[in-house]
Amino acid sequence: MAGKKTLEIISPGIMTTVQDIGRYGYGRFGVAPSGGLDSFALRIANLLVGNPEDQACLETMLLGPGIRFLTEVVVAVTGGNLEPKRNKQPIEMWQSQVFKKNDVLSFGSAVSGFRAYIAVGGGISVPLVMGSRSTNLPSGFGGFNGRTLKKDDILVCDKQRDPLPANKRIFAPDGVPMYSDKWQIRVVLGPQDDHFPEDSRSAFFGATYTMSQNSDRTGIRLEGPEIRCKPDVDASIVSEGVIAGSIQIPGDGKPIIILGETVTGGYRKIATVISADLPLMGQIKPGDSVQFQAVSLPEAHLALKKMEDRINDFRRTII
Amino acid sequence: MLYDTPIFRLMGDRSLLVELGDDISPAVNQCVQELFTALDMQPIDGVRELVPSYRSLLVIYEPLKISPDDLKRAIGDTYDHLNQTELPEPRTIDIPIVYGGEQGPDLAYVAQHHHITPQEVIDYHTRPTYRVYMIGFTPGYPYLGEVPDAIATPRRTTPRILVPKGSVGIAQKQTGIYSVDSPGGWQIIGWTPVNLFDPQAQPPSLLMMGDRVRFQAITLKEAFQWQAKRL
Repeated sequence: MAGKKTLEIISPGIMTTVQDIGRYGYGRFGVAPSGGLDSFALRIANLLVGNPEDQACLETMLLGPGIRFLTEVVVAVTGGNLEPKRNKQPIEMWQSQVFKKNDVLSFGSAVSGFRAYIAVGGGISVPLVMGSRSTNLPSGFGGFNGRTLKKDDILVCDKQRDPLPANKRIFAPDGVPMYSDKWQIRVVLGPQDDHFPEDSRSAFFGATYTMSQNSDRTGIRLEGPEIRCKPDVDASIVSEGVIAGSIQIPGDGKPIIILGETVTGGYRKIATVISADLPLMGQIKPGDSVQFQAVSLPEAHLALKKMEDRINDFRRTII
Repeated sequence: MLYDTPIFRLMGDRSLLVELGDDISPAVNQCVQELFTALDMQPIDGVRELVPSYRSLLVIYEPLKISPDDLKRAIGDTYDHLNQTELPEPRTIDIPIVYGGEQGPDLAYVAQHHHITPQEVIDYHTRPTYRVYMIGFTPGYPYLGEVPDAIATPRRTTPRILVPKGSVGIAQKQTGIYSVDSPGGWQIIGWTPVNLFDPQAQPPSLLMMGDRVRFQAITLKEAFQWQAKRL
């Protein structure tokens, strides 16, 4: 499927990568999922431009890129509000926008949230690696040559399936998540919550943590009360599989929320972020405060169902 | 020791950690491999991914397709019907290693730690046929066991920021090979020209859980010849 040169990177921003919904089925080979951290924003962005929801988009962070369009194409920007602009004029987020040849998409500063998603009609065309177009940055494969985008990179997009949507597609504002700088994150206890004494667990849930500067796509490091496991157990355990959202407690007692670049780990995990709140992990920024709230498994599944229903309802309105 | 019945631990709302034993042992790991293989051959509807490790299997599922209770029951059923003969004969893979020098900056430390010579460390390290307990940490990284007690050495107190791909390390009774450039805290005693991870290959990892590995000491010159032959 020959694509068309569509995007020219004029400035790369702090960190812009190609990400789709993620790389699954290769954990047995030590290959992490990668993928857009705010998967909700990525899926909606794709639907807004008429793509299947799992297609490759650009994920950018804090200070977005400058992109010149080499052909007319439909674009949507979702996720954190990084002040997207077309030819220096602010544009609405969570809506489809037609960019004409030579139009420039640029960004201002981060108003809310941390990461924005740029979907382009047809989807970013980079080779599939193990079934995914996501960039695995730590190991340097997938995405665009396994790296963050640089000035002068040219990206190809597959041909838009349908003609440009005649009407603007808009994701209803009441469905857009709120990104504040104070986060209440819902978790399910475990898998090793029983390895922490009662006072550690109540300290964890009573604490207000702050996201450390020293965080990346691998994990969100938190500053705040240190959590100790029971005196008869060691902080490290025999390595085992982990998932995005696992909250591990290393020897220094400072929690780390594992994100999408890790498949195994050797620390005890006190709790795990629920699937419905996982997309928010992409929007917490250094300095934000984070509190955890324990919910039951049925509550977690209900929250996930609500999120999926919201996406399905939107999909139905555009077909 | 192998548990009488698996212990299920919730890892969030979309994965179950199935623990089969409490230690690093061939018997427990073999059981993990059997459960992993059985669930891989006869997939349970709604299961998205299986990640086997030393003593547990992580089962990632789609909670809107299968409930955790149904999933536990299905995994328990499979476990009760595991057949020891299901596993194929393990493959044995020979991996050449250049020990010491710039390629193995911690060889001297490991020798010193045990009051033996570097050559004795090499002799001990090349003696066993190792079991691949799991692949993890980075793509294609094999956790191998077990090294003789005579050379089992704790991790470095300060991890290195960059360990070159191909580096061979020791951490207690485990030995492993860095499959990509990455940070790492294991004692680096050597380096192999063998490529353990190729994202374009199918499968992408040279080694799989349950494989056997033997090491041979080679010179740096032989390593370069080995590389040249494969280019």
